[in-house]
Amino acid sequence: MIESIISQIRTLWTVLIHMFLRRETVQYPEEMPYLAPRYRGRIVLTRDPDGVERCVACNLCAVACPVDCIALEKTEDEDGRWYPEFFRINFSRCIMCGFCEEACPTYAIQLTPDFEMCEYDRQNMVYEKEHLLIDGPGKYPDYSFYRIAGKTIGGKDKGEAENEAPPVDVKSLLP
Amino acid sequence: MDEIFIYLIIFGTLFGAILYAVVLVWFERRLLGLWQDRFGPNRVGPFGIGLAFADMIKLIAKEDWVPPFSDKFIFIFAPTAVMIAMLMGFAVVPYAPGIYVVDLNIALLFFLGMTSLAVYSVLLGGLASRNKYALLGGLRSAAQMVSYEVFMGLSLMGVVMLSGSFSLVDIVNAQKDLWFVVSQFLGFFVFLIAGIAEIHRLPFDLPEAEHELVAGFHTEYSGMKFSMFMLGEYLGVILISSMIVTIFFGGWLGPDFLPPIFWFGIKTFIFICFFVLLRGAIPRPRYDQLMSLGWKVMLPLTLINLMVTGGVVLWWGQA
Repeated sequence: MIESIISQIRTLWTVLIHMFLRRETVQYPEEMPYLAPRYRGRIVLTRDPDGVERCVACNLCAVACPVDCIALEKTEDEDGRWYPEFFRINFSRCIMCGFCEEACPTYAIQLTPDFEMCEYDRQNMVYEKEHLLIDGPGKYPDYSFYRIAGKTIGGKDKGEAENEAPPVDVKSLLP
Repeated sequence: MDEIFIYLIIFGTLFGAILYAVVLVWFERRLLGLWQDRFGPNRVGPFGIGLAFADMIKLIAKEDWVPPFSDKFIFIFAPTAVMIAMLMGFAVVPYAPGIYVVDLNIALLFFLGMTSLAVYSVLLGGLASRNKYALLGGLRSAAQMVSYEVFMGLSLMGVVMLSGSFSLVDIVNAQKDLWFVVSQFLGFFVFLIAGIAEIHRLPFDLPEAEHELVAGFHTEYSGMKFSMFMLGEYLGVILISSMIVTIFFGGWLGPDFLPPIFWFGIKTFIFICFFVLLRGAIPRPRYDQLMSLGWKVMLPLTLINLMVTGGVVLWWGQA
C-alpha cells in the first residue's frame, strides 16, 4: 500500500520533471526536418552526364511497382537508343517504396528527399515525363548506361564501350 | 449599490467560470504537451489560445443529434444537470473577504450536495442513451459513486470540528494561524482523491474511459450537449480546486503584498495544474480496485482521522 503510493508519487515527479526537458516536436512548416539523402520521397527521372535522359524504357520499374502506379511506352530514336514515349507516375497511388529505383538498370528513376506534393485536385497528382525529368544526374553523377553497356547504337559500335575489349574475330585462328 | 455589486459577482462568477473552463480545455492540452515533451496546440493566435474559441465555435456549429432510440427527455436533460449543479456549486465559493455570491451557514453541505447532483447527469446520460458503452459508463459511475461519496463528506468533518462551522467564510477565517492542510492532512488527502473521483477526472474517469468504452457515458452525445458535459467536467476541476484551496489551503489568506483574490486565484491555479499532472501521469484503476480502495482504505482512514480529531478537540476544549 505505502509502496504503491510512493510509486504513484514518483510517477508524478518523473512527469513533472519533463517540464524542463527539451521538446521533441519539429515545428514543421517553419523548421524543416532533416531528411537523409537517401530518403524515399518524390520520384524523378535523371539524365546522364551528357544531358540525355537515362531511361531506356525497359519497363522493369513498372513491373516492380507493387501498386502499378508507373506507366510508360518505349520508342526509339534514329541512333537506336531506346527512350520512353511517355512516362507517367500516378503519385496518388505511389507508396514511395523505392522498388522502382532498385529495379532500374540505368539509375534513371530515383527517389528524392522531398515529400511536399499536396494537391487540391487529384488529377494533378499524375506526373508526366516533363514533370519527372530533372536536368542533373541525381545520385550517380558519372554513370552513363550507353557508355558502359555493350549495346550498339549510333556513334558507338561493338567493343567501343568503357571496360569493353574489342570483339574477337572467331573466324581467325591467330591467338 | 449593494444590489448591483451582488449581481456583478453573480454574473462575474457565471461568465468567469464558463470562460475559465473554455480556456482550460486549451490550457490543459498545452500543459500536457509540456509534460510530454511536445508543444500541444500552439497555432491559433498567440500561444494557440485561439483554439479554445475555435473549439467553442466548432462545438456550437456541430449537428446536435438526438438518437431516435434514446429516452429523449432524459437524454436532453442530462447534460444540463451537470452544468447547473457545477455552477450552483460556485455560489458558495468565497473568492475574497466580501466577494462571494452567498455565505450560507451550510455552505459545505450545499457544495457536497451540488457536486453529488452532478453525478446524476453522468448516470442519466449513460442510461438514456440506450447504448451499451454508455450503459457501461453509467454503471461504472454508479459503482464509483457508492465508493467515494461516503468518505468524501466524512473527510471534511474534521475541518468542520476544528472550525466549528459549516460556513466556508468561517472555515477560511479559522485558518488564519494554521492552514488545515497541516492539522488535517489525512482529511486533505482523502478529500483530494474523492474530489478527483467526484468530477470523473483521470485517473478516476471510469465512466468515460475512452480506451475501453469509446467515450463512456457520452458516446451518443454530440454538438452542444457534448460540450456541456465537457464544460461541466472542467467547471468541476475549477470547483474542486477552489474547494480544496478554501477548505485546506486558507482560501484567500496569504502575505499582504498581493490582494486576497489573487492569492485565491494562484492557489486554485496550482491545483488545476496538479489535476492536469494527474491526468498526464497516473494510470486508471479498475472499478473494483477503486471500490476496494474506497471502502477498505479511505473509509477507515477517514474514520480514524475523525475520531482522533474529535478526541483532540475534546481534550483541548473548544478549538
